[in-house]
Amino acid sequence: MSENKKPASNFVNMVVTLFLVTAIAGLVLGSVYNLTKGPIEIAKAENLKKAIGTVLPDFDKIETIKVMPLDGPDSLTFYRGYKEDKFIGTAIKTYTNKGFSGHFDIMVGFSPDDVIINTAVLQHQETPGLGSNMEQKNSDWSKQFNNKKLATYNLTVTKDGGDVDAITAATISSRAFCDAVKRAYDTYKNEGGQK
Amino acid sequence: MNQWKNFVKGFIKENPVFVLLLGMCPTLGVTSSAINGLGMGLATTFVLVMSNMSVSLIKSFIPDKVRIPSFIVLIASFVTVVELVMKAYLTDLYAQLGLFIPLIVVNCIVLGRAEAFASKNNVVSSVLDGLGMGLGFAFALTILGSIRELLGSGAIFGFSLVNSGMLVFVLAPGGFIALGYLIAVMKKINKA
Repeated sequence: MSENKKPASNFVNMVVTLFLVTAIAGLVLGSVYNLTKGPIEIAKAENLKKAIGTVLPDFDKIETIKVMPLDGPDSLTFYRGYKEDKFIGTAIKTYTNKGFSGHFDIMVGFSPDDVIINTAVLQHQETPGLGSNMEQKNSDWSKQFNNKKLATYNLTVTKDGGDVDAITAATISSRAFCDAVKRAYDTYKNEGGQK
Repeated sequence: MNQWKNFVKGFIKENPVFVLLLGMCPTLGVTSSAINGLGMGLATTFVLVMSNMSVSLIKSFIPDKVRIPSFIVLIASFVTVVELVMKAYLTDLYAQLGLFIPLIVVNCIVLGRAEAFASKNNVVSSVLDGLGMGLGFAFALTILGSIRELLGSGAIFGFSLVNSGMLVFVLAPGGFIALGYLIAVMKKINKA
């Protein structure tokens, strides 16, 4: 240690130093948090709006409600879309905890006659190159759900006797995706579909 | 001349990943694609430069016995700043790396350089050391990520070249295999 004027490690010096270091760090963090709070919220809202836009046709008004699902710990969010006061469909933010890395969120859009319009993955931690193929930018896999009427469509993977072709080598992610869509549909039905 | 050495040693001679073998958790965790490796590397570089700079600035005011807690507070603060800024302005990258950003705090390279270098050297050397080490880390992660992405999904930086790849390289075992061979190659280059 070349510096000779380094303060001695006595009680007062240590307490004062740690207090100053943590106080300054806290101050800096607080101001950065305040600076980024706005942009973070805008970015979040924009992502959400983009996701609603991909699963619903053109809308000019959104009505948001939170609904508890029949099975599952957290509420789903329903976004009811209207165009010139005409109901055009419901986007549902749903989730599953059965993914290969646990929880992920997807958005499902239902038309007024209960047909799936489109789906979008909001955030996930599934394996890149395998489970991540459920994102439409990576593969067309999830497009197989589009235009399906769930009253007549068995929402389980073919391995389990259903109608859904699983992603190659990512059956768990595919099952989880179905689980999320099913949760959205069951909750939607329980709410009475379009209202 | 000496300062130049402080900067370049991080690339080959003391590369944090290939030679010092520090920070293996993010190395193997995020490098399933080249862009992830690069993003993680640059985020770590920023934290390294800032923490090295501030540690060398305040080193003469910190009593020896509380230096490690003080350094950790500094490092954790910079990591949180990076996380908040990425969340606000680089949402797509954050969605990919989000899980690993808080882990920069426990990346041994950052505390290792603060303790082994910045607490004994002046500001300029420390900043150059942090920059060199960070870019060396980013360089290593990008190479590893490119190799795994190329072999695993036949793409590079997201541009598809071939349609299919060997899935094992996207998963953890492929990370270990690719890293092992890369370290062997680097050893060879270093000896020559």
